Amino acid sequence: MTGAIDISALTVRYAGATALDDVSLTVPHHGLTALIGANGAGKTTLVKALCGLIRPDHGTITVDGRIAHVPEGREMFPDMTVDDNLRLGGWRTRRRDTAAIYDLFPGLAALRARRAGTLSGGQQQMVAIGRALMADPDVLVVDELSLGLAPMVVTSLVDHLVTLHTTRDLSVLLIEQNARLALDLCHYAYVLESGRIALHGPAPILARDPRVTAAYLGGHIQVTDE
Amino acid sequence: MSDLIGYLLTGLGIGAGFALVGSGLVAIHRVTRVVNFAQGGFAVLAALLTSTLLSAGLPHGVAESGGVALGALAGLVVGVIAIGRPGTSPGTSLIVTLGLGVLAYAIEVLIWGDQPRSFPGLTGVAEVGDARVPAHYLLILAVTAVVFALMAWFFARTDPGRALTACASNRYAAQVVGIDVRRMGLLAFTLGGALGGLAGVLTTPVQQVTFDSDVTLIVNGFAAAILGGLSRPMVTLAGGLLLGVTQTVVAGYGGGAYQLEVALVLMLTVMIVQAARTGPVPEAAR
Ligand SMILES: Nc1ncnc2c1ncn2[C@@H]1O[C@H](COP(=O)(O)OP(=O)(O)O)[C@@H](O)[C@H]1O
Ligand SMILES: [Mg+2]
Repeated sequence: MTGAIDISALTVRYAGATALDDVSLTVPHHGLTALIGANGAGKTTLVKALCGLIRPDHGTITVDGRIAHVPEGREMFPDMTVDDNLRLGGWRTRRRDTAAIYDLFPGLAALRARRAGTLSGGQQQMVAIGRALMADPDVLVVDELSLGLAPMVVTSLVDHLVTLHTTRDLSVLLIEQNARLALDLCHYAYVLESGRIALHGPAPILARDPRVTAAYLGGHIQVTDE
Repeated sequence: MSDLIGYLLTGLGIGAGFALVGSGLVAIHRVTRVVNFAQGGFAVLAALLTSTLLSAGLPHGVAESGGVALGALAGLVVGVIAIGRPGTSPGTSLIVTLGLGVLAYAIEVLIWGDQPRSFPGLTGVAEVGDARVPAHYLLILAVTAVVFALMAWFFARTDPGRALTACASNRYAAQVVGIDVRRMGLLAFTLGGALGGLAGVLTTPVQQVTFDSDVTLIVNGFAAAILGGLSRPMVTLAGGLLLGVTQTVVAGYGGGAYQLEVALVLMLTVMIVQAARTGPVPEAAR
């Protein structure tokens, strides 16, 4: 056991199509690690295997401590209240007291009786993070923190994540399509391409790697071109 | 006028039975997406066992509880067989429940024979306005009201109830937070079995039970449940009561042979309207 997460030679196939091919990845204790890659690269598949939601075809996964998961698309219980959504996050740990989450996200306190399906995307992302924290995790996996959210909302969520990481000694694996955001934020990064790790290294070095800048950091220009 | 009040009360009593069977269907479908065609069989099994326990000398209350417990157990068994294997599709599970319903006929006829049975319920006659109805109808209504209130509390305010609601609301998210959705499905089947059993135990004193009484119950229960898209217990309650009253009034004013047709016509109308809007059975999110 060397890290908070150790993935070794992970292979996942969907009905014959290989989504992850011999992937190895480590998130060190107290690390803030990014996994970036284009749509369909296999990032969410890796998260699902890591959190035990799908069974790998090959490879080993070890997690030191409790892992919690902020899923892609936020995955609210839309017709249940914010408070019930949070409370369900403590299902495994039998923790039911949500007060600490409202201390962390004061904005949610006024919404506690609202149905989660009626919240904005940013508010739902706060609920999704709060729900994951209810499990008292040692390791937090966030799948697409910024997707579909306004820049100001993203800034606030990033601040929260950094605070959590530093004050709680939380090890974080952040999955992001916004590579610039991820490389600015994290210490170390992996680049996933078509189910394989194409590159990895300290984030500041990857941010200057021509292969990364060409493929991922020109993203804003690519998006407007499309 | 007194005729009408009498028909209304007896209709509500009969309808409460449909509502209980229907809410069992809803409890199971919300969580598992399976339409449980064995649902009427839970009522029959519970009623038959209660009749045996009462003739064996057990007191009221104990015998009925035994019947409901058998319904719950039968629900669990059907659940294990229908959804126990991971990856079974709701369509396959539906066929399995249909098969188990038929198998139940064989078991029931083997143990209890094919003759109608009944047992006494609450004796006496209640006077409501100038109508006189058997007091047992009022007992059915009171128990049903309490059960539906308890269910609302259970689903909204208890941990297992919230977990069942969570599975119904977003199955994937339920897995994300670590809820074992298969186990919750089995809990839903057990609950559905108990609700079906309760319907049988409550309504048999004012009707009769034979091994194939489940047909009337499942048709009416399904008609009530489909009104609420197979996902809303309170709409199912309203639907069941409405069906019971309509049928009793139709029968009371001379259409006794057409009771089941009332339910079938209502069910088909609702299904056709819903199919035009959303597809054959309303798909909840995921
Ligand atoms: N349930 C599934 N069944 C079949 N193929 C899937 C399934 N989920 C994802 N895939 C495929 O696996 C590949 C990786 O998907 P995913 O892990 O969601 O990528 P990412 O999160 O990086 O966008 C894609 O080609 C996708 O179409
Ligand atoms: Mg993804």
